[in-house]
Order: sequence, then C-alpha cells, then structure tokens
Amino acid sequence: MKNKDLKLYMTQRLSAIFMVPFILLHLGVIIYASRNGVSATEILGRTKGSIGWMLFYGLFVVAASIHGTIGIRNIVSEMFAWRGLKLEIAMVLVVVLLVAVGLRAVGAVT
Amino acid sequence: MADTIKVEVFKGEGGQGAYQVFDVPRMESQTVLDVVTHIQRNLDASLAYRFACRVGMCGSCAMMVNGSPRWTCRTHVGDVVEDGCLKIAPLRNLPHIRDLAADLVPFFDKMQKAGGRFVAGKEVPQQMLNIDPQSPARVAVDAGIECIGCAVCYAACDVVAWTPDYVGPAALNRAWTLVNDERVADTGWHLQQVALDGGCTSCHSQGACSVHCPKSLNPSQSITGLKRAVAAAFIKGEL
Ligand code: SF4
Ligand code: SF4
Ligand code: FES
Repeated sequence: MKNKDLKLYMTQRLSAIFMVPFILLHLGVIIYASRNGVSATEILGRTKGSIGWMLFYGLFVVAASIHGTIGIRNIVSEMFAWRGLKLEIAMVLVVVLLVAVGLRAVGAVT
Repeated sequence: MADTIKVEVFKGEGGQGAYQVFDVPRMESQTVLDVVTHIQRNLDASLAYRFACRVGMCGSCAMMVNGSPRWTCRTHVGDVVEDGCLKIAPLRNLPHIRDLAADLVPFFDKMQKAGGRFVAGKEVPQQMLNIDPQSPARVAVDAGIECIGCAVCYAACDVVAWTPDYVGPAALNRAWTLVNDERVADTGWHLQQVALDGGCTSCHSQGACSVHCPKSLNPSQSITGLKRAVAAAFIKGEL
C-alpha cells in the first residue's frame, strides 16, 4: 500500500475525534454520580442489563483500542525498527488483546 | 581568548574511523570552517571535507559540531567552543564517505521522492501570471523558499534516524512551497507525493529541524501545513 501511513494517521485522528463525546460523557457521569458518594452496587444496579451503557462502553473500547494500537505501532516501529509483516502481526495481536480485555470489562458491568 | 583550540576531528572511511586531535591557533572571528581548513592546509593534507561559497549560500559545508549539525562557514568558534574544545564529525543520518564528507545522495533523492521540483503545465502561458506578494499562498512560499539544501535539518531530525523511509524536513518544506505556488499545474500530484508512506504524516512536529535551520526557516510549520492539506484531501476522497 502506497499510503498506508496516511490511512493510519487519519484513522488515529478520526478515532480521537470520535472519542471526544464519549470521554466528556464518561467523565461527566462520574463527577455527577459520585457527588454524594456512590457504591459499586449502586453503579452496577444502573449499568447491569443496560443496552445503552453496553453500546456506549463497547464503542468506546473499540475506538480506544484502534487509536491506541496505531500509537503503539509508531513507537514500536521507530524505537525497535520493527517493520513489515512482523510489525503487522504484532499489531493485530495488540488490537485483538485490547478489544478483548476491554469488552470483557464491559461485559462484566453491563 | 585562549591561544589554541583542541579540535577532535573524525577521520576514517565508510563509517569506520576514530577521532584525531589537532591543536589549532585561535583567531579573531574564526569560523569552524576556518579551523577545518587550517587543519587541512597545515596539519593533515589528507583531510577530506566539503565547502564552496564560504558565505552561507551553497549549503555544502554542514558538519556535526560538538554534537549539533551546523553550517560551518557561518558558525563562529566563539559561539560553539566548549572548554576550549571542538568536536567535528560528518553530518548525521547520512552515509559516510570519508573524514568529514557525508554522502548527500539520499537527501537529494528524497527531495525528488517528495515531489520537490517545479513542474509547469503543458501549455505555454500567454501572459505572465500576476501573483500578489501579500496573498497567503505567496507569503507561505516566501517563508520556506530560502532553503540552501544544507541538510542540517535532515541531520537534526530524529524521525529520519528512526524511519529510513522518511523523506525529512527539507524535502517536505520544499514541497510546501510548491503546493502554495500558483504557477504549479498539478497541486494534487504534490499532495500525493507527500502523502506517500514516509511522507509528511511521519513527522512528530517537535521542531528540531526548525531549531537548527541556519536560514531560520521553519520546516516543521511547513509540514504542519502539508498535514492539514493532505487530511483535507483525504476527507474529500482525493487521496
Ligand atoms: S518537526 Fe518533523 S521534520 Fe522537523 S525534526 Fe521533528 S520530526 Fe523531523
Ligand atoms: S530547511 Fe534549512 S536546514 Fe534544512 S536544508 Fe534548507 S536551509 Fe538547510
Ligand atoms: S561553504 Fe557554502 S554554505 Fe558554507
């Protein structure tokens, strides 16, 4: 691919823009919900069985995993001179791992 | 002012070699190039180095001086000497030929790869194009056009060191002047060239190039301009 760098670059920027409302809502809800103290049971009571929260955090996890993996890819390729197939395989593993642990966490609270 | 300077000079071929020490008389308004020339004329006639204009125009005299890339003909010894010592080496990030001479071929090849050349349209213009010197495009061209091709920025750039494909700051700065050049027939071609792998998106925008450019150009800013233009073209589906 002649401009894979550009596609990754744009994917990283667009995923960042995509995550902005998620981050704001995530932080906003934390601050709002915990203003009078909140217990784990109360949180789980709200999130368990909620399709809305599942979708919200599911998409958030996927976007963050893609965004983060592209950053890790740059670091690994610049610092350790990994390129070509070795780099791509490693990065597929990283993104799969991030999505898997992220979705597992989402599954645990929703 | 001390009477002499202790000068360590890299001697060797193809990257192999070692520093050799010379004592050079200290003089008023002496440049680093004066020091190297003194060594070659009086102490070691075999020393290989490169220069031409001696007045900061040709861009051929760049070397590493005490660890930083500099144009040696316009670098005063007094500004860079540390504890009476100078350490002079060939430019970083380039293949080594001999002693202080680095091979600039990859640098100029990458200038071409990034589309760093003016390509006119097929038709001969009937009239001279009237370009407003105050227009934003021309102001952007002016800001980047005085490059002397010295490769100081290329030697200063860590991304060049880490990513062998990266075309580097000078090539992209030149491309930015062409993207803004109203006489250029095919601006889209220039954007395509800088969007290839190893192009403008590899830059970290930390500006080592701009800090070191002896002509006080700002390649980092030019590259930011290219990134914006390339991103806009990508969103429009043109890349
Ligand atoms: S700003 Fe970009 S081109 Fe300039 S030194 Fe940094 S990475 Fe290299
Ligand atoms: S941009 Fe500056 S440092 Fe780089 S080659 Fe041109 S004049 Fe030299
Ligand atoms: S000798 Fe020409 S720029 Fe230094």
